[in-house]
Amino acid sequence: MATIDADTVTDAVPRSFLNAEAGLGSWLTTHDHKRIAILYSIGITFFFFLGGIAATLIRLNLLKPSGALLNTETYNKAFTFHGVVMVWFFLIPSIPATLGNFLLPLMIGARDVAFPKLNLVSWYLYVTGGLFTICALLMGGVDTGWTFYTPFSTMFSNSNVFLVIVGVFVTGFSTIFTGLNFIVTIHNLRMPGMSWFKLPLFVWAMYAVSLVMVLATPVLAMTLALIGLERGLGVGVFDPALGGDPLLFQHLFWFYSHPAVYIMILPAMGVASEIIPCFAQRDIFGYRFMVYAMVAIAVIGFLVWGHHMFVAGMSVYAGLVFSILSFLVAVPSAIKVFNWTATLHKGTISFEAPMLYALGFVGLFMLGGMTGLMLAAPALDVPLHDTYFVIAHFHYVMVGGSVMAYLGGIHYWWPKITGKLYSEPLAKFSAILMFCGFNLTFFPQYVLGYEGMPRRYAHYAPQFQVLNVLSSAGASILAISYLLPLFYLGWSLFRGTVAGDNPWNARGLEWQTTSPPPEKNFYKPPVVQQAYAYDRPAP
Amino acid sequence: MNAMNASVSEIESLRERGLLEKQFDDPVQQREAATLGMWVFLSTEIVFFGVLFASYAICRILYPQGFAAASRETDMLMGTIETAVLLTSSSLIALGVRAIKLEQRKTAVWLLAGTAALGTTFLVMHGFEYYREYTEQLIPGLNFARGGPYARAIELFFCLYYFITGFHSLHVLAGVCVIAGLALRVARGSFGSERFTTLELTALYWHLVDIVWIFVYPLLYLVGRSG
Repeated sequence: MATIDADTVTDAVPRSFLNAEAGLGSWLTTHDHKRIAILYSIGITFFFFLGGIAATLIRLNLLKPSGALLNTETYNKAFTFHGVVMVWFFLIPSIPATLGNFLLPLMIGARDVAFPKLNLVSWYLYVTGGLFTICALLMGGVDTGWTFYTPFSTMFSNSNVFLVIVGVFVTGFSTIFTGLNFIVTIHNLRMPGMSWFKLPLFVWAMYAVSLVMVLATPVLAMTLALIGLERGLGVGVFDPALGGDPLLFQHLFWFYSHPAVYIMILPAMGVASEIIPCFAQRDIFGYRFMVYAMVAIAVIGFLVWGHHMFVAGMSVYAGLVFSILSFLVAVPSAIKVFNWTATLHKGTISFEAPMLYALGFVGLFMLGGMTGLMLAAPALDVPLHDTYFVIAHFHYVMVGGSVMAYLGGIHYWWPKITGKLYSEPLAKFSAILMFCGFNLTFFPQYVLGYEGMPRRYAHYAPQFQVLNVLSSAGASILAISYLLPLFYLGWSLFRGTVAGDNPWNARGLEWQTTSPPPEKNFYKPPVVQQAYAYDRPAP
Repeated sequence: MNAMNASVSEIESLRERGLLEKQFDDPVQQREAATLGMWVFLSTEIVFFGVLFASYAICRILYPQGFAAASRETDMLMGTIETAVLLTSSSLIALGVRAIKLEQRKTAVWLLAGTAALGTTFLVMHGFEYYREYTEQLIPGLNFARGGPYARAIELFFCLYYFITGFHSLHVLAGVCVIAGLALRVARGSFGSERFTTLELTALYWHLVDIVWIFVYPLLYLVGRSG
């Protein structure tokens, strides 16, 4: 491990994981966590834009109260496809499978994840699941909503429910295996001296998220299998004709899907916890509290699923318990927001593009979280349920939060991953544009929901038109801000200036190796420091 | 880096023989990682089965008499023998792992083959059970025909019965295939007192399959039967 290849010194292009082996075959059979991360990033970028096209159709249709573009059936399929693709093929794998895969071994000083072959298998499962879902789209789509509520999905829907369920089921295993791999990697492959409380918070985020992935995803897989069987056989546990319980489906589905929300947001918190100390050049405020907060979110996240079902005939007492538990999640979440803010205090702050994304994340996540508290109160949830208020709430968390953080992370580690610097002015412009476009798209939806516009309808009452047009206008700005990075990041691959090992003067082991890192990650063993030791010089 | 347990030359030789993967520093770390990986996998399995058990619990609370009536339709004798067969197979594989650690290769082959054979017996017996239920028109969605006030609850019970025992039998089938393959590899001398992690972890999996059955058996065959 400590040997230096002779040709690294002489070659014009230094040896790295990118050019260690050539040819498509070497990529498709690679066991290198860094290459698998790049394979994932290609997959999720593709699905992000596919889901984005569905979102565009939805926003175009809602320009007119009578529906500008789609008939009701196609509209149902558009929002279902948007939901399924964005949740399972973009958000869930986004940060863990790309940045997590790339960075986790680097951050703990390991040569790879614990099970590299399983890691590649995970990617193939993800792609297979994706192909099933695309097949379903090509064969006419699916119209159940991403939630597959029974008995509609089992007894009445005539669309390709089965194919999509198989797709999500298969992709679920990719999530489970990624989580398993990360847990074992963090437990067993930390380099000597890298104790648990020296780990960067991104690693802790990956640990917390992996626990959720491993313990929640099987519930989804089994529940979808039960739906598939019920559709195929005509009988099953959710079948009301047998006295089966459709509400049981909702319980099982949300037992997975609420923790899944934390699968999407915990990694984003990890990314923000890396970026903010770096661009404030200051140690993170309250490191241990940040760790405990993430673990607390992961644990309490399992106990709050009932808040999706306040209007589904739940008893007042059950509603009360779920409501209190949901309020409880806000405590660790608030600790995180306070600590990010406190980290900035007296820091040497610079507003590079990753920092703009990270600050955008903190603000939008906070607004999304606060409105989540409103929805956690049954008295407010009953009138707001199934309105655009809910849509706005979770898009603030998922898109404003997770996607902003994902892009922040991509910008922050881009020099490490590719060895190139992108155009900073364009990146800043794009980050600001995204923040503005996002708020213009989704803030009006809070108002729409508050005024009573229901979700999942192709048509709406005329008095809602102004806000809907505003929202669609915002969406077009948002679309541009998502396309822009594709161009300037792509451009930087060919024309970007060479980044150097540590362009941001950041701490963390990943910055001690070359950019891009060599196949075995480190030429010489990195020096372990407490994470975020910005008061000391970089080793 | 964690080279206390084995010298540098030993580690190099292990790597050359393909016995130590590149991401691990030494065999101990490799073994611990594999073991933890298996335990995490088993925890996901518990959650998989947990969904079925939770569904069972809800339905049973909704229809206690129907489930008691349905329970009486199952074949308790077969279920009991199957339980004995599976438990015995689990003890055989545990002895097999011990034999390999003691370098008693021949004994280990027989014990593993015995495990696979008992697993197969379990599956065959389940097949007979399913066939009997088919002739007695108990299979929902295919030929279910029961009348009376609890007919629909009995059908619901049998839906769960097939989902649970079917999913469990899939696990038994996978285990039998893996264990039979391992028996062959032990016979060829692939394992020994230095190298038994795969065997040990397969045994862990097999014990889980066994433990799940220990819950399935009373829930489906025994509970409410006498009431």
